[in-house]
Amino acid sequence: MNTIKKFLGLVWMVVGPLAMTFLVIQAIDKVGLTHTSIERTNTILQWGIILFIFFPISLGLMIFGFYAWKGEYERLPERSEEL
Amino acid sequence: MSETLPKNNIFKVIGASSLGTLIEWYDFYIFGSLAVIIGSKLFPEDAGASALINTLAIFAAGFIVRPFGALVFGRLGDLIGRKYTFLLTLVLMGGSTFLIGLIPSYKTIGYAAPILVLVLRLIQGLALGGEYGGAATYVAEHAPKNRRGFFTSWIQTTATLGLFLSLGIIVITKNVLGADTFADWGWRIPFLLSILLVVVSIYIRMKMHESPMFSKLKSEGKVSKNPLKESFNNKANFKMVLLALFGATMGQGVIWYTGQFYAQSFLENTCKLDFNDSRYILLWGIAFATPFFVVFGAWSDKIGRKWIMLAGMLLGIIFYRPIYQTFLDDTDFTSISQTEIVSSTPSVHTVLIDQSQDSLRTTSTKFVLNDGSSFVKVQQDTLSIAKGIAPAKEVIKDKVLSKPVFWKFIGLIFFQILLVTMVYGPIAAFLVELFPTKIRYTSMSLPYHIGNGVFGGLVPFIATLIASFSGSTPLSGLWYPIGIAALSLIIGTVYLSNKRDENIND
Repeated sequence: MNTIKKFLGLVWMVVGPLAMTFLVIQAIDKVGLTHTSIERTNTILQWGIILFIFFPISLGLMIFGFYAWKGEYERLPERSEEL
Repeated sequence: MSETLPKNNIFKVIGASSLGTLIEWYDFYIFGSLAVIIGSKLFPEDAGASALINTLAIFAAGFIVRPFGALVFGRLGDLIGRKYTFLLTLVLMGGSTFLIGLIPSYKTIGYAAPILVLVLRLIQGLALGGEYGGAATYVAEHAPKNRRGFFTSWIQTTATLGLFLSLGIIVITKNVLGADTFADWGWRIPFLLSILLVVVSIYIRMKMHESPMFSKLKSEGKVSKNPLKESFNNKANFKMVLLALFGATMGQGVIWYTGQFYAQSFLENTCKLDFNDSRYILLWGIAFATPFFVVFGAWSDKIGRKWIMLAGMLLGIIFYRPIYQTFLDDTDFTSISQTEIVSSTPSVHTVLIDQSQDSLRTTSTKFVLNDGSSFVKVQQDTLSIAKGIAPAKEVIKDKVLSKPVFWKFIGLIFFQILLVTMVYGPIAAFLVELFPTKIRYTSMSLPYHIGNGVFGGLVPFIATLIASFSGSTPLSGLWYPIGIAALSLIIGTVYLSNKRDENIND
């Protein structure tokens, strides 16, 4: 299980920036459609909020992945004194 | 200290904490339950779908600031104590809810209306961010160690009961005043009513004592000097904050808000169900499912918290799409045959279009079917002197379900809320046990409010946004909660421990 935890850590480190890149591409794409008849609503504000909020969270996922890769979750603390 | 607390005292603690928390949830949710009406009051009349999306954005803003409220009030709670901190959050929440009820509409003050509501909504979000962690911590710190899941699950019922209360008051107000008066000014009543509820709750909470564990820490001079630094600068603690977020609260948040908020939004806006029908379905679903918060909370004391929460996420991932497909199929009245129609009552209303000689003719026909269901078909035609009649697309709305389908929908909502009780019932005990007393308020509040406020609170907003993209289907929005729940399920399964921390007196 510890090996899985470790290697999944690499996955989370990649998923964080990938998710952010995906969101940025989606934001550019969808906001760009505002000037055409395809998009039904103006979504600049909405996408701004989404990017602002999810950027630090994807950074957190990267840090989580880094800790997992370093083996920090191989043994979880069983008592609060260990924190 | 907590083990010796008499049973009637712990129920007093739960009662006083839960009442205040329930009122805060009520305050927070009436905005969401009235999003369509509020949208029409805050934005120009011709804003259409963007008015709803912008109102959902204001609604979502309240969720987004919850983590900041968790930091501000969590820090305060770890510094000055649990009792006074969540008294303060109650006052802020009640005050801003009351003021939302007084804000003039867009017609009167223009864009100042949505801006003022946004500011008040942000205060609501900050207050709620401080409230929940305090109440959960307060109850857990009074509870016996082998029954922490059971006792904190009472606090967990408040979020659902707050929604129940908000829906109930809205339905009663609307039925008493009538639809037109309610849309005109009656929608303000549920907001204004909040001030009475808050006054009662403040009175009760003033009589409460400080948490025994916090009092002990204070008397020993062990209160944290800088809870934020100790929570997030300490790697050992910070990694647990991240684990709690990605392995539990993130998935729990989307399951919660899909079952209780997106479901309502979907039934009302996508399925075009009648206002009362959509709310009654949710009210019954909530009423039947709420006791299971306590069932799963108590069960988690016996078998651990982890697998109950993760099973709730797994079931959501598997069943959301079939459930919502059923909602769509059973409310599709486009292919009914003439033999099914019992009666059809048309009413025609024609108005002159401003600054032109053309008229807009609206034909609303109410169809009643032989199974007891009904719907209204609305067709708007432009009557032009130059071009003749230009017919527009027909819209079907105000659908009332037949009794069997109505109860089937209640069953489907009940199932979704049952999943909510699985993920949400044990989570307070799970979070409390993860962090030490002196930084507990701060540390547990942040992952809880990012998971629920950001990931969960954004479900109606992001799902509606995705469903509005060109080429999407009405079910496309579900990929957001399904994807987040799946990620959380994998992380939780691999990294979380099922062990309970017996000793939280540290």
